[in-house]
Order: sequence, then C-alpha cells, then structure tokens
Amino acid sequence: MGRTLRDAALLAAKDLRLERRAKVALGQMLPFALLVLLLFAFALDPDRGVLERATSGLFWVTVLFTAVLAVQRAFAVEVDDGVLDALRLSGIAPAAVFLGKVGALVVELVVLEVVLGLGVAVLYDARLEGWGLLAVVAAAATVGIAAAGASYGLLAARLRQGSSLLPLLLLPLLAPVLIAATRGSDVALGRETGSGWPWAALLGVFAVAYLVLGTVLFRPLLEET
Amino acid sequence: MSALAADRTAAPTSTGSTATRVLGAVALVGLAAVALFGLVISPPDAELGETIRILYMHVPTVSVAYLAFVITAVASVAYLWKRTEFWDLLAASSAEVGVVFFALTIFNGMMWGKVTWGVFWRWEPRLVTTTVLFLTYIGYLVVRSIPTEPRTRGTVSAVIGIMAVVNIPITHKAVDWWRGLHQSRTVLGTVDPEMQGSQLFTTYLSLTAFMVLFAWLLVHRFRLAWLGERAAEQGLEAALADRRAEGQTSGSAGPAGGGATA
Amino acid sequence: MSTNAYIAIAWAVTFAVIALYAAWIVRRGRELSRRVPEEDRRWM
Repeated sequence: MGRTLRDAALLAAKDLRLERRAKVALGQMLPFALLVLLLFAFALDPDRGVLERATSGLFWVTVLFTAVLAVQRAFAVEVDDGVLDALRLSGIAPAAVFLGKVGALVVELVVLEVVLGLGVAVLYDARLEGWGLLAVVAAAATVGIAAAGASYGLLAARLRQGSSLLPLLLLPLLAPVLIAATRGSDVALGRETGSGWPWAALLGVFAVAYLVLGTVLFRPLLEET
Repeated sequence: MSALAADRTAAPTSTGSTATRVLGAVALVGLAAVALFGLVISPPDAELGETIRILYMHVPTVSVAYLAFVITAVASVAYLWKRTEFWDLLAASSAEVGVVFFALTIFNGMMWGKVTWGVFWRWEPRLVTTTVLFLTYIGYLVVRSIPTEPRTRGTVSAVIGIMAVVNIPITHKAVDWWRGLHQSRTVLGTVDPEMQGSQLFTTYLSLTAFMVLFAWLLVHRFRLAWLGERAAEQGLEAALADRRAEGQTSGSAGPAGGGATA
Repeated sequence: MSTNAYIAIAWAVTFAVIALYAAWIVRRGRELSRRVPEEDRRWM
C-alpha cells in the first residue's frame, strides 16, 4: 500500500516535471480557459447581470472543458513515447499509475481553478463569502474530475480516434459534478440560500466512487491485448 | 449435404428458435392486451386525465432501459473477470436494446410534457437525468463501433458500462436536488399505488409485456452479435487466404522461373 | 393538436420503432446466417 502511494507520488512528480518543461498547461490550457470566460462575457451581455448570476456555472463549465484538454494531454505524452508499454513491464502497480495521473491532474486543475477564480473575480465582479464551503466543494469536485478523467483518459488512449471521443465520454459522466459544484459554489458566493454542504457531500461521494473504480479498473485497461 | 439440410439438427438459418418463437408469441399477445386495456378499457385518471395512457408506454420503456443497463453492467464485470466472448456480447447487446428503449422513453416523456405542460421540454429531473444517461450509453455504442481488437474493445466497453451504471444514482440525486426544491412533485415515471384497479392492472400488464418483449429482443440481438463476430472472423480468414493465393501466383510468374512456389 | 393525437403518436412511434428494430435484427440475422459456415452458426 505504502509502495503504491510512493510510486504514485513519483509518477505524479514526473508528470508535473514534464509539464513544467513543456509548459502546455501554462501555455495552452490557461489561455484557453480565460478565452472561454471572455467568450461567455461577449455572448451574455455583461451589463445585464446575467454574468453575475451565472458566474458559478460558467466557471465550472470552463473548468470541465479545460479538464478534458488536460486529460488528453496527460495521456498523449504516454502514448506518443510508448511509455505505456514501459509502465506495464516495469512492475509498478496499475493502481499507482492511476493515482499518479490523478495526482498530477489535481495539481494542474487546482492551479487552473485559482487562476480562473481570479479571472472570474475580476471580469465578472464576483465576491467571495463562504471560503470553507467553497474550498471543500472545489476540492471534492477537482478530485472527482481528476479520477474520472484519468480513467477515461487511459480508456481513450487505447482506442483509435480515442482522443476525439473523450469529450463525448467524459462530459456526460461529469454532469452531476457540474450541477453539484455549481450549486455549492452559488451557496458559497451568497447567491443561493440553503446549505451547500449536501452538495459538497455528493461531490465527495462521486470522488470516492471514481477513485475506487479507477484504482480497480486501471489494471484491465492498462494490460496488453 | 441435402440430407443434412433436412435433418432436424441442421444449422439454423436465422436467429430464431423454439424459445424465441414462444417468447415472441407471448409478447405479441401481451402487447395486444396492453393496447386494449391501455387505450380502450381503462378509464382516464382523476389527476392525469387521458395522459395516463402515455405513461402506459413511458413507464415500461424506462424500466426496460434500466434493466438493460444493469445487465450491461453485470455482464461487464463478468467479462472483466472471465474474459469470455459471451459476456462481452451480452453487455453490448443489452446496451443497444437499452438505448433504443431510452430513446423511446425520452420521446414519450416529451409527448406527455407537451400535453401536460404545453412544451416538449422542461428541466424536469427525470427527463434531464434520462438524457444525460442516454448520452452516456450513446458513447458506449460509439466506442463499440470503432474497429478494434476484440479484447481491447471488450475491456474498454466493460469499463464504460461499469462507470456509467455507478453514475446513475449519483446523477439522479444531483438532478433531483437541483430541481426538487423549486418544483412540485411530478408523477412522471412513478407508479402510484393508489391508482384505480384497472389502471394499476394495465400498468403491470404493460410492464410484463414489455419485459417479455425485452427478453425476445435481447436473445435475438445477442445471437446477431455472435453471428457478427463469426462473420468478421471468417472475413478476416478469407482476406488472408486471398493474400496468400496472390503471393503464390505472383511468385510462380517471377523471374526465378520454374522454381518452387513459396 | 388534441390530447388524443399525442397519445396516438406516442403509442404509434413506440410500437413502430420497436417493430422496425426487431425486423432489422431478424433480417440481419438471416443475412449473416447465410454468410457464416454451418459449423459456426450454433451459438452457445
């Protein structure tokens, strides 16, 4: 168990180091995300309060779209260099490979969310009230997105034309995450009344479910045919 | 050869069999009865009026779809465990039948909505959940249609089948909470036990008839999938044989002349 | 359109789609049965 986690941490660190050198996240995904925010602002007239009311939703939709890119990127690296075969033969537990990918994705998504959050605060004039709730909601949502994304990322990598299928496969699966994260954020931003904690709990359930599923199912996905 | 053809144990020429003929007959009779009760005999509902007749279609189709997807999930787990073609094809066949019934569910829901609300679509929890799930399983079918190694295809589909079914209750909860607080309870998709006698009877009759129909469709679809795999294998064999034959004829016409062929 | 029209459409489309799907399965099954050699036609 300890060895699996340690291997996972090493693999995540490797991914992040590669990322720091290649700067795809910084160079491509962040600008994409900010661009999406801008486009929404163009489409929904900023003077009429629509943007203000829709802030959470737009934020999380943008995160979801960018996450698809991040997942594609995370596995393109492996497939291109035949790293998958090396991982398979290396004796590292598939669970460790999965958790490593999840870890790297979580870090990338957190950076994205922080930058995007600042962008939203500036561009849409959002104000923050429930820090604790927002942090928990974002954390749970991020882990869930990363877990589901890592699973489907490998799945798509095993298929021909897989990367163009990734959005179709991943986004419907993430629908409940979008709903729960948006509603929870709305409560945290004071836009909605009632408790946001049930939403956070639902996100937690999703995250745990897909962490477990991914850990178990990574082995058959990784194996050679 | 012709003696064999007359033999009772000769290879079947279609996906039918005694079992499916029985199932089919029962399904047809059942559906006829459903039409009779659903459209003519049972009275309109006190609350829903005539629209309950749409529910006699809508409730069974969604039940069949959910059952089909559970079968897909169970077969997917079994496939990942046993790695036999049977489980893989069962999962895929059930998913396809499920998608057909899911599409019908959405359509019937829209018809009900048009009469009841005046619009084809409303952000009503069940309709939204159904649509998200519909898209999920469309993805499953798209993945199955990509030409791939059978084992890779089977593994990938199985993973999707399992992940999708786990998502059903989570999506349900999310959509219910999302909408539930702001709208009154809808009856769409529920079987109200306080229904009048003949209405309850019709509902259960319809459920039963559709389940028998589902069994018939699933068996046929599975057999079709089986034949499909056999035909694909045979096609591959034929192509390889052609190539070999090509290789031989061009070899004998080559510059080495009368030497032995490959 | 009247309520009854929508009911009729719901029922008609449901039955029609199922019938067409069933017909497609059976017809395709017959085609493939012809193409596949006899010994392979038995499923488990």
